[in-house]
Amino acid sequence: MTSKKAKAGHNESRSYEQNDLFENHGQRKKLMTGLAAIPSPAASEVIKREDIRVNYWPLIGVAVVIVGFALKRNPVLVVIAAGVASALAAGMGFDDLLALIGDSFVSNRALLLFVLTLPAIGLLERYGLRERAQAWIASFRKLSLARLLIAYLGARQLLSMLGLFDLAGHAQTVRPLIAPMSEAAAKNDGIELDADERERVHALAAATDNVGRFFGEDVFLAFGAVLLIQGFYARNGIQLDPLAIALWALPTAIAAFVIHALRICWVQRTLVDRQRRKNPSHDSRDRRGSQNQPTRGDAA
Amino acid sequence: MIKLQYVYWLIGAFLALCAIYNLRERRWSMGAFWAVLACAFVFGDAIQAASVAHTRWPAQLMGVGVIALGLLAASGTMQKQGSTETERRDSATRLGNKLFLPALTIPFATIVFVLALPHIPWHGSPLVEPAQATLVSLALACVIAAAAALRTTRAPASQALAEGRRLLDTLGCVALLPMVLATLGSVFAATGVGDAVASIVGMFIPTDSALACLLAFAFGMVLFAMIMGNAFAAFPVMMAGIGLPLLIHKHGAAPAVLGSLGMLTGYCGTLLTPMAANFNIVPAVLLELRDQYAVIRAQTPTALVLLVVNVILMAVLIFR
Repeated sequence: MTSKKAKAGHNESRSYEQNDLFENHGQRKKLMTGLAAIPSPAASEVIKREDIRVNYWPLIGVAVVIVGFALKRNPVLVVIAAGVASALAAGMGFDDLLALIGDSFVSNRALLLFVLTLPAIGLLERYGLRERAQAWIASFRKLSLARLLIAYLGARQLLSMLGLFDLAGHAQTVRPLIAPMSEAAAKNDGIELDADERERVHALAAATDNVGRFFGEDVFLAFGAVLLIQGFYARNGIQLDPLAIALWALPTAIAAFVIHALRICWVQRTLVDRQRRKNPSHDSRDRRGSQNQPTRGDAA
Repeated sequence: MIKLQYVYWLIGAFLALCAIYNLRERRWSMGAFWAVLACAFVFGDAIQAASVAHTRWPAQLMGVGVIALGLLAASGTMQKQGSTETERRDSATRLGNKLFLPALTIPFATIVFVLALPHIPWHGSPLVEPAQATLVSLALACVIAAAAALRTTRAPASQALAEGRRLLDTLGCVALLPMVLATLGSVFAATGVGDAVASIVGMFIPTDSALACLLAFAFGMVLFAMIMGNAFAAFPVMMAGIGLPLLIHKHGAAPAVLGSLGMLTGYCGTLLTPMAANFNIVPAVLLELRDQYAVIRAQTPTALVLLVVNVILMAVLIFR
């Protein structure tokens, strides 16, 4: 029954932790260690596609998602409607459909773990964490937006390569620390952010976190992706060392760092240029000191 | 022994509390939303155990609950509340860098626990199962960070919960998006959406050209990662459809390079899609951006350039 095959790794981040969820299903075989309990992927590799007539109707679920997102309907409702549509189109009965949705929903509940960070972060924010982060960055007069974000990108990639990808994240570090720090660092460059530009800087901070994480984690040996690849080949008669797979992620990791770092520099330059156009009489670099009196002299 | 189940119960308790706060303020749909979600965490293990034992009604009931969550999400109205800026600035000056310590507790305590807990024996077995170590450690670190934050700010414990609830309400139904998307991924897999996509891609490529196969594979990985919201789901489908039979067996591609770079090509797709909600949509809401797709927009140039670089890398490296 393919319906029992709730798959692994519904997203890059959780798959490594998600493995343990499948232990609850009992029948899952463990591959190497506890880290490696990747369940078998989609049924397509088991059943030869030529043998069965492919049913195209379930694609209607994909259409529902695209149309729903394009029309900006409530995303949760769109996604659930897509699941129901796809299951009905595949000829599934309503009782099977409800059981499938309920089971999959419960097995993916690890994805909501981040809510446990909210009480601590919420309280600290109420007492001025973001304001403090801004003031602290403002005290490093030479720390520009580009330097801050590129340093974060590099650190995030290196830590992910060591398997420490939960050290940072949108709830843990980006909202409370990196986003307000980016704002302050932009001010160090003499950029006065308007509402649109502030959004752009915040979005760039979140994007930097994603890029750093995605293109670092694949170099980590015990990461789900590496083991998924190795497991796929092993089931198809090709034996590979996980290290060989992980090392081939390095060229892309380096390319990702260079490309995103250049983009960060480019965004900073655009912001500085716009600032010059807004205030043509002032050179942005000169305004820096008078804007933020540093509280301490320990420039980076 | 600390089990993952306890962590889920803790989340369930927090969600139930948020539900009670909202119901007391007569915000019915928001309260009902968190209450239904709390059930998934409080009864999650029982539901899974029942399904393994072929008792289907608990999972079916949960299925009804999920559909109810979708309807509530579409009907609910979101209201925000917050502290004044001067209040926060005053306490920021008063507490200074001491505020950083509890915030940094979450990442660093997580790492210490991940490394230490599986090696601490407890009645003959490890204190935490190695496979559950990351999730349990993150949860423990959050509890410790909350305690540290309370100590630093000298706030009453109820305020931490109230502030946590404020943030959760800010997120609203978007908090649920990663979970329902992962559920959709399971439904798509069970209904054969993957096979249908692979078969369509297979219809259009000239299989004699190695480069055409490679482009179809890369494009398929990106497209599928965008539809499913993650590259993991795309990988086995595209490998079974194009990678293994055509690229490796027919054109002699190097498996290790193809696997690694193919997966990373899929990641470029993940950066481009609202379906990868926890990376692309949740942060936009967390940062209170007006444009839901702002993070995707910020990522798009990087992802597209990297995609081109990746395809070139593959073309150069896999056919040696």
